[in-house]
Amino acid sequence: MAGTKNHDYHILPPDIWPLTGSVSAFVFTTGMVMFMHEMAGGHLVLGLGLAGLIATFFSWFSNIIKEGREGFHTPVVQLHMRYGMILFIASEVMFFVGWFWSWFDFALFPNALTDVVGGQFPPKAIEAVMDPFALPLLNTLILLCSGTTLTWAHHALIHGDRASVKKGLWLTIILGVLFSCIQAYEYAHAPFGFGGNTYSSAFYMATGFHGFHVIVGTIFLIVCLVRTYKGDFTPKDHFGFEAAAWYWHFVDVVWLFLFAVVYIWGGWGAPIH
Amino acid sequence: MSTNHKDIGTLYLIFAIFAGVVGGAISGIMREELREPGIQVLGKVAMLLNGGAVDFDQQLHLWNVLITAHGLIMVFFLVMPAVIGGFGNWFIPIMIGAPDMAFPRMNNISFWLTVMGFCSLMISPFMSGGTGNGAGVGWTVYAPLSTTGSQGPAMDFAIFALHLAGAASIMGAINFITTIFNMRAPGMTLHKMPLFVWSVLVTAFLLLLALPVLAAAITMLLTDRNFGTTFFDAAGGGDPLLYQHLFWFFGHPEVYIMILPAFGIISQIISTFSRKPVFGYLGMAYAMVAIGVVGFIVWAHHMYTVGLDVNTKMYFTAATMVIAVPTGIKIFSWIATMWGGSLEFKSPMVWAIGFIFLFTVGGVTGVVLANGGIDDVVHDTYYVVGHFHYVLSLGAVTALFAGFYYWFPKMSGKMHSELLAHIQFWIFFVGVNMIFFPMHFLGLQGMPRRYPDYTPAYQHWNEIATYGYYIMSLSLVVFFINIIYAFVAGKKAADNYWGEGATTLEWTLSSPPPFHQFETLPVIKDEGHH
Repeated sequence: MAGTKNHDYHILPPDIWPLTGSVSAFVFTTGMVMFMHEMAGGHLVLGLGLAGLIATFFSWFSNIIKEGREGFHTPVVQLHMRYGMILFIASEVMFFVGWFWSWFDFALFPNALTDVVGGQFPPKAIEAVMDPFALPLLNTLILLCSGTTLTWAHHALIHGDRASVKKGLWLTIILGVLFSCIQAYEYAHAPFGFGGNTYSSAFYMATGFHGFHVIVGTIFLIVCLVRTYKGDFTPKDHFGFEAAAWYWHFVDVVWLFLFAVVYIWGGWGAPIH
Repeated sequence: MSTNHKDIGTLYLIFAIFAGVVGGAISGIMREELREPGIQVLGKVAMLLNGGAVDFDQQLHLWNVLITAHGLIMVFFLVMPAVIGGFGNWFIPIMIGAPDMAFPRMNNISFWLTVMGFCSLMISPFMSGGTGNGAGVGWTVYAPLSTTGSQGPAMDFAIFALHLAGAASIMGAINFITTIFNMRAPGMTLHKMPLFVWSVLVTAFLLLLALPVLAAAITMLLTDRNFGTTFFDAAGGGDPLLYQHLFWFFGHPEVYIMILPAFGIISQIISTFSRKPVFGYLGMAYAMVAIGVVGFIVWAHHMYTVGLDVNTKMYFTAATMVIAVPTGIKIFSWIATMWGGSLEFKSPMVWAIGFIFLFTVGGVTGVVLANGGIDDVVHDTYYVVGHFHYVLSLGAVTALFAGFYYWFPKMSGKMHSELLAHIQFWIFFVGVNMIFFPMHFLGLQGMPRRYPDYTPAYQHWNEIATYGYYIMSLSLVVFFINIIYAFVAGKKAADNYWGEGATTLEWTLSSPPPFHQFETLPVIKDEGHH
C-alpha cells in the first residue's frame, strides 16, 4: 500500500456507531411491536431502542462537527454533503406524497356505501372542522415569519454579524416552538378525535408527521445556535447552518400545502367549530 | 463497522448469498408441496413453526407465510443487497476512479440496517399472525388481509422489516447518487461512465423516489392495525385500493430496481468478451433512463382486475408497452455488440448470453400481460408467476451469477474453475427452465397462484417443475464447490485476467485491489472507450 493520499476525499476509519444505530433501530421497532401488542416490557425495549438511536445521532453528528473543525471537510466533501442533504429532502418530499395521495383519494372519492362517510367529504362523522383562518392561519404566519428570521440570520452570518445570527436563530427557534405548542393546543381542542374515519385518519397522520418534522427541524436549529455560541461557522463555510435552513424551508413548504389542501380545501363546506 | 466500500461490498455479498439460501430453501418446501395434489409437507413444517399440533387452517396459513417470506427475502434481501449493495459497492467507486464512496459511514449503516431488517423478518414466522404463526399476506402486503386479516405481532414484525430495509436502501441511494455525481476521476465525464455505473445511478434515483411512498403506505398499515385509523378500512370510509396504488407506485419501480443493475453487469460482460465497446453506448444509457422514468407511470398494470375503468386500463396498457421500446434497444444493442466481435465463451459470457435469452422470454410474456384485456384472463394465475420468475429469478439471478464469475477473481484474488462454472450454468439453465416454463402452460390452463393445492389436472406440469427445482439446487451445490475450490486450490488471479476486452478501471488494479485504491486519482484519456 502506497500510503499517502493525494486527493481531497474523506477516507474514514472504522466506526462503531453505524452498527449501534442499526441495532438500536431494530430494538426500537421490536419495542414498538411489543408495545402495540401490550407485551410485558414493551415500554422498556422501546425506550432502550430510542435511547440508543438518540445516542447514535448525538455521537455521529458530534463526530461530523469535530471532523469539520479538524479540516477534513474540503470543498469536495462539502459538495457531497450538499448533494446528500438535497437528496434526503427529495426522499422526504416523496414520503409526504404518500400522505397527500391518501388525502386526495378520500377527498375526491368519498365512500358512499359507508354510514360514517356517506359519500361526502369531510365525512358525515365529522360534525365540525377547525376554522382554517383561525389558529391554522396564525400558524402559517408563524412559520412564514420563521422563514424570514432564519434568512435574516443567514444573511447576517454571510456578512459576519454574529450578534444578529444569534438573534435571528433565537427568534426562529422560538417561533418553531410556538408553532408546535399551538399545534398541540389545536389537537387537544379539535372537534374530532383520532381515527375512526378517513378525514381524521389522514388529517392527524399528515399534520402529525409534519409536526414531527418541525420538531426535528427545531432541534437542528438549536444545534446551529449552540454551535454559533461556540464559535463555529464562518461567512464562507457554514454548511451545517445551510442544511438546517434548507430543512426548515422544506418543512415550511409542506405546511403551506397542508394549509391549502387539508385545512382550507379539505374542510370546505363543513360546519366550523 | 468497516467504512471501506470493498469490505462492505463483501459483507453484502455474503449476506445476500445467505439470505438467498434461506429464500431458496423456502421455495423448496413450496415445490415439494406442489409436487402432487393434496397437502403433503405443510403439516410437518407448520408443527415445527408452531411447536405443537396444528389444525388444517394453520397448515393452509403456513402456505401464505411461505410465499410471503420467499418473496420478501428474494426481493429485499437477495437481489437488492447483491446487485446494489454487493457489486455496486465494490465496483462503482472503482469504475469511476474514486477511492471510496461519498459517505463511508452511511454505507456501513445501510448494510447493518439491511441485516436488522432480515432479523425482524425472521422473527415474524415464530410470532402469532392470526390464523397461525407468521405473516401470510404475500410480498405485496395487501390490505385488508394485512390489517384486520392478520391479528398478532407477526405482521408488524414483517412491516418493520420493510421499514428497516427501506431506510437502508434510501441511504444507499443517496450515497450512490452523490458518489457518481461528485467523485468521478478527472476526464470521467457522465458520457464516458461504464454502463454499470449508469445502471446503478438510475436505480438509485428509483430507490430514492419510490421507497418513501412505500414507507408511507406501510406506516398507514401500522396505524390501521394498531391505532384505529381507517386508511384501508372500508368501515371508516377507507379504501383498500388506495393501498394497492401506493404499493405499486413503489412496486413497479422496484422491479426495475432489481433488473437495471443486472442490465449494467450484462453490458460490461458482453463488451468484454466481444472485445468491442458496447454498441450504441448513449442509446444504452438513455434507454435505462427512459425505463426508469416511464417505470413510474405504469403501476396500475398490476391492478387490471380491481375494477379500473376502461380508459384507465387503456392508458396503462399503452404506457406499459412503451417500456418494451427501450428494453428492446438494450436487447438488440447487446446482440449488435456481439455481432462481428471477437467472441470468447468464458463463463461470465455464457451466463450473460443465457441472461439475454431468459430475460427476453420474460420480457415477451411481459408484453402479453401488459394488455389489460388479456390480463383479465390470466391475472393471478401461474402465467404471471412464470413471467416474473423469468425476468427475476432467471433474469436478475442469472446476471448475479454472471457478475459473480466476472468479478469473483478480482474481489478474492483467486481464480474459480471455468469448467465448474460452465457445468453450473448448464445445470442451472436446464433446471430453471424446467421449473418456470411449464408455469406458463399451467397459467393458461387456469391454475391460480398462491394455493397449496390443485386439481389433479394440473399435476403433470407441477411434477416437472418440482423435478426442475431438484436440478436447479444441484447447480447451487456446484456453485458452492466452485467457491471452495477457488479458495483452496484456485490459481492467483492476474490484474486483468480477461484480457484486452476488459477496459474499465477495475482491471488496472491488482486482484484483489489495494485496501485504498487510487491514492492518486487516475486521469481518463479521451479515447472514446466506455
